[in-house]
Amino acid sequence: MDCPGVLAVPLGSVVVFTPTIVTKWEKDIPEKIVKSRRGKMKLVSRDIDKNSSGCVTLIPDEPEDMWHAYNLVMIGDELRSTTIRKVQNESATGSVSVNKVRTTLTIRVETIDFDTQGCVLRVKGRNIQENQYVKMGAYHTLDLELNRKFTLGKQEWDSICLERIDNACDPTQHADVAAIVMQEGLAHLCLITPNMTLVRAKLETNIPRKRKGSCAQHDKALNRFYDQIIQAVLRHVNFDVVKCVLVASPGFVKDQFVEYMFHQAVKMEYKNLIENKSKFIMVHSSSGFKHALKEILQDSAVTAKLSDTKAAGEVKALDDFYQMLQNDPNRAFYGANHVEKAAELQAVETLLITDELFRCQDIKQRKRYVSMVDTVKESGGDVKIFSSLHVSGEQLGQLSGIAAILRFPMHDEEEDDSDDD
Amino acid sequence: MARHRNVRTMNYEDEYYDEDDVYGHSVEDNYCISPATAAQFTFNRDHHVNLSNYMEEGIPEEEEGSEGEHDPLSDSGSGRRHLNLTEMEEGQLNSCLEEVRNVLGETVPEQVMIQTIINHKYSIEKSLNELLSLQDAPKPQRQPRQNRRNRSQEFAPNPPTVQLKTPVKKTSAPEVINFSTNSTSSPTVDSSKRQPVIGFTPVKNDITNKTKESNPRTQNSQKQEPVSAENKSDVPDASSELCSNNVEVSRKESLQETTLSTQTPKKESVGGATPKSTSKSKQDKAKLKEEFEKRQSGKDLLNLVVIGHVDAGKSTLMGHMLYQLGVVNKKAMHKYEQESRKLGKGSFAFAWVLDETEEERSRGVTMDIAQTHFQTPKKHITLLDAPGHKDFIPNMITGTAQADVAILVVNATRGEFETGFESGGQTREHAVLARSLGVAQLIVAVNKMDTVDWSDKRYDEITKKLGQFLKQVGYRDTDISFVPCSGLNGENLVKPISEPKLSSWYKGSTLAEQIDKFKPVTRQMDKPFRLSVSDVFKGMGSGFSIVGRVASGSVQAGDRLQVMPSGDVASVKNVLLEDSDGTCGFAGDHVTLTLTGMDMAHVNVGSVLCDPNEPIKCATRIRARVVIFNIEVPITKGYMVEFHYQAITEPAVIKRLKSQLNKTSGEVVKNRPKCIVKNSSAVIEIEFERPICLELYKDYKDLGRFMLRSSGHTIAAGLVEEVLKTKSKTEEDSSEKD
Repeated sequence: MDCPGVLAVPLGSVVVFTPTIVTKWEKDIPEKIVKSRRGKMKLVSRDIDKNSSGCVTLIPDEPEDMWHAYNLVMIGDELRSTTIRKVQNESATGSVSVNKVRTTLTIRVETIDFDTQGCVLRVKGRNIQENQYVKMGAYHTLDLELNRKFTLGKQEWDSICLERIDNACDPTQHADVAAIVMQEGLAHLCLITPNMTLVRAKLETNIPRKRKGSCAQHDKALNRFYDQIIQAVLRHVNFDVVKCVLVASPGFVKDQFVEYMFHQAVKMEYKNLIENKSKFIMVHSSSGFKHALKEILQDSAVTAKLSDTKAAGEVKALDDFYQMLQNDPNRAFYGANHVEKAAELQAVETLLITDELFRCQDIKQRKRYVSMVDTVKESGGDVKIFSSLHVSGEQLGQLSGIAAILRFPMHDEEEDDSDDD
Repeated sequence: MARHRNVRTMNYEDEYYDEDDVYGHSVEDNYCISPATAAQFTFNRDHHVNLSNYMEEGIPEEEEGSEGEHDPLSDSGSGRRHLNLTEMEEGQLNSCLEEVRNVLGETVPEQVMIQTIINHKYSIEKSLNELLSLQDAPKPQRQPRQNRRNRSQEFAPNPPTVQLKTPVKKTSAPEVINFSTNSTSSPTVDSSKRQPVIGFTPVKNDITNKTKESNPRTQNSQKQEPVSAENKSDVPDASSELCSNNVEVSRKESLQETTLSTQTPKKESVGGATPKSTSKSKQDKAKLKEEFEKRQSGKDLLNLVVIGHVDAGKSTLMGHMLYQLGVVNKKAMHKYEQESRKLGKGSFAFAWVLDETEEERSRGVTMDIAQTHFQTPKKHITLLDAPGHKDFIPNMITGTAQADVAILVVNATRGEFETGFESGGQTREHAVLARSLGVAQLIVAVNKMDTVDWSDKRYDEITKKLGQFLKQVGYRDTDISFVPCSGLNGENLVKPISEPKLSSWYKGSTLAEQIDKFKPVTRQMDKPFRLSVSDVFKGMGSGFSIVGRVASGSVQAGDRLQVMPSGDVASVKNVLLEDSDGTCGFAGDHVTLTLTGMDMAHVNVGSVLCDPNEPIKCATRIRARVVIFNIEVPITKGYMVEFHYQAITEPAVIKRLKSQLNKTSGEVVKNRPKCIVKNSSAVIEIEFERPICLELYKDYKDLGRFMLRSSGHTIAAGLVEEVLKTKSKTEEDSSEKD
């Protein structure tokens, strides 16, 4: 009930980072990361009381921060941000004029929309703080924008949320990788950030087979296919940010492509490509499908380079789970009911859970998962929260979204688990 | 003012058109011959370059563009005028014509009727018989065209392009559509026809009844005429068939019908005015059948795939064998030798016979399936040379899915055989894959015997080890045979053994002889047509070409086929078999089809061409029975796999583990298992990202098999048991447009 009060105080006294502070802060961080030239989400203020209710002010700095914000905002929360509102004015004579006004609004969240490709977060709700333009209770949709601060107020900040804020604001976790997974006729250009795998381009063309006497059609189609990939690379890969570009394919396609690409780069003077030639790494993959990314991130040559990417860690954890399932099925559980039982007995060594489960709209469900995480942590277990945007997270999501490696074998006497698909 | 306007808006070309046209005509002709008829019978450099048009036997060019332009009114008159009939005959003709028209309505062009009536000396009965039998002869090949023509025939019953002396070819065309739509393959029926398709069964009955009622007298007179003897005997047949044939006409019956209709050209030849070549529609199914019988009596056709670990010498072995069989000429071989030596890869000369591309030659690795043909005394073999490298297993699966029998090549060299054979080697994987993909007969070619000094001990060791393994995999003892050979030296391939060290202990047959001993396989001829596309390319001329193996049924030029999953209907322009014009293909053949009438973008590798009446299923979710191989990590739900089916590889997700089965008895061991471990059998549900055309294993053995792979390993082989989810047509369409 004290919520409006809570919000009112910090909103009045917002501390904003001045540019000078930001630069100073950037100097403090190790040189390796400065290279990436990008800040992370900035925590402006944090005001959470003993009952763990309160609010937090953040400035998203890059598209990925929107993903974090998406995972933080829940229905029933209060969100305050600047926005543009169409305001109707009626003059004394009765003529109506409409103008757009930039104003700051606070809404109680009712629906949340996230566009993974565009990284746009849209939150709809009723206005709870009347101002001169917008009446109390009027609906408004806030589009969270980059580099504009927003304040999120919650009745209860649980450990998952707080951890996410920490993660989001931790600059050392940063490494961007682009990956081209390809096979003849199919290519995926993906950007892998710590928390997201974004398919930027999916190219699929029909390449005629080589046939007796004429390879011309094949070669032509293949070159056109390669050209398309090059265009996609030029368009989507920002070499200021991307640390390396993984080119993965079965067979010789990757070699052929890289050779062709640099040949073309010289010919067409793609400076971007020529300068960043060293960033291209060839990796073997078994196919050109998106899920082959999992293999790539497991490749030892790649993991050595990307030791700090969350994606690679997730892949490893899931792989461990499968290994355990093979070697000792009684020590690898999945499904909420099974894992919960194991967690109660303090049997969970590593808990794998996707963030999808925490986004669920049912507060009770969410509480259940949060408490599961907390119990595991208390008992000294390791918790890995998978991003559902990564390939491994996607797979875990298919596998009921929750899995656990146990310390000791347990028999699952309960045969019929709720089969949710 | 008005007059001015008239002049101004006048279309000069129209106005003066006639004057241009009459050049070279007599004045009378000008009034009684329609421009279209004129175009046909008068010489005009622009239109007719082919002089044979003027010969009586000339085959009328069907593609002539003049169809739409003719004057409908003057046609019928002019048609009859050229027949030079006496008044008496004219009268007879008219009465006959009326009678016939009563029966047939407007479905047959008048000119055709006239011609038929005259041919039968004004016997209504016989003419009707012929006309009716013509209608049964399916001629799907020209359908799109004829549909159009039909429309124009509503106004003008007789198309002007019909040459009077050669009516057969033309006549068969339009009415075929009317009557054969149900039995043959045309979903797009011209709706503007007078007889609606659905309601025409009763019409048929009418026809036959009327024929019987109205012609009691002609039946007698008929008997006196020897010319039409065979025709007469058809009467009960044809009519009863027409009566009994409801909407569904079985293939057999239509075949019968067409054999009947093929008699018409013979009769024509009695009349002395037959086209040189009978129309394709006539030959149609009858020819197909004939061709098939010919095929059966000849050599057996077998699809043979060569598999084995990388560098086992598959391509070299087969290359050398082709050379010894004389498929590759000496000159070409010499060239290969020279060039390979230049690259420092002299030992690859024979492999170059099959590895034709730059990339493959320079790397010395087969990458994609190579396909050639050769013959042994009793067999006609389509050879598919599969790549052995681990990365190209998808290609190998594509090739093996099309094969009936296989040669497994193993390297006898010490150490090499072992690497191929141990876990993770392709000797093992290929053998398992081939068995799972339906290859039952296998020759094991123990290659490179020269490197082990033709040691019989080594040979025995390998055969023992492999024999045991192959039996485990599921090959029958009687279907496996072992042949020691050397691909590079060409020992024991085709020619009798010249190496004394080998002949001292090996008395068996050579590789070629062994190939000849393969048992013939049965093909699914009676099932509706299916062809899984393995390649699409732009051919020469109009349309585009697709390549694939006919899985069941048969195809010939002129057929209309539905392409799934896009749902488009295309017509087959021609059928190439082994790079030569075969005009028809049967189950088991590798064919190249030229398609027209649809967009090339709607056919992809993995699309299936099928009978429009019985299209293939498009599934997004299936239930399947799988056999799990030796895998490292168990399969759970949510497992992402690559689904290999015929020529395609699609990402898929295992959505549900239904039950774990006893591997030998097939009984359910456990319902809803947590995971499926290696070397077990299970029923699972698989979901795809987009619809895939497939068939149930129980319906089509070849089309119901698939493989699952994950991160470069084959994890399971499966059989489609049930299609659980299909995309509705509209959804498909919208997704196609995207």
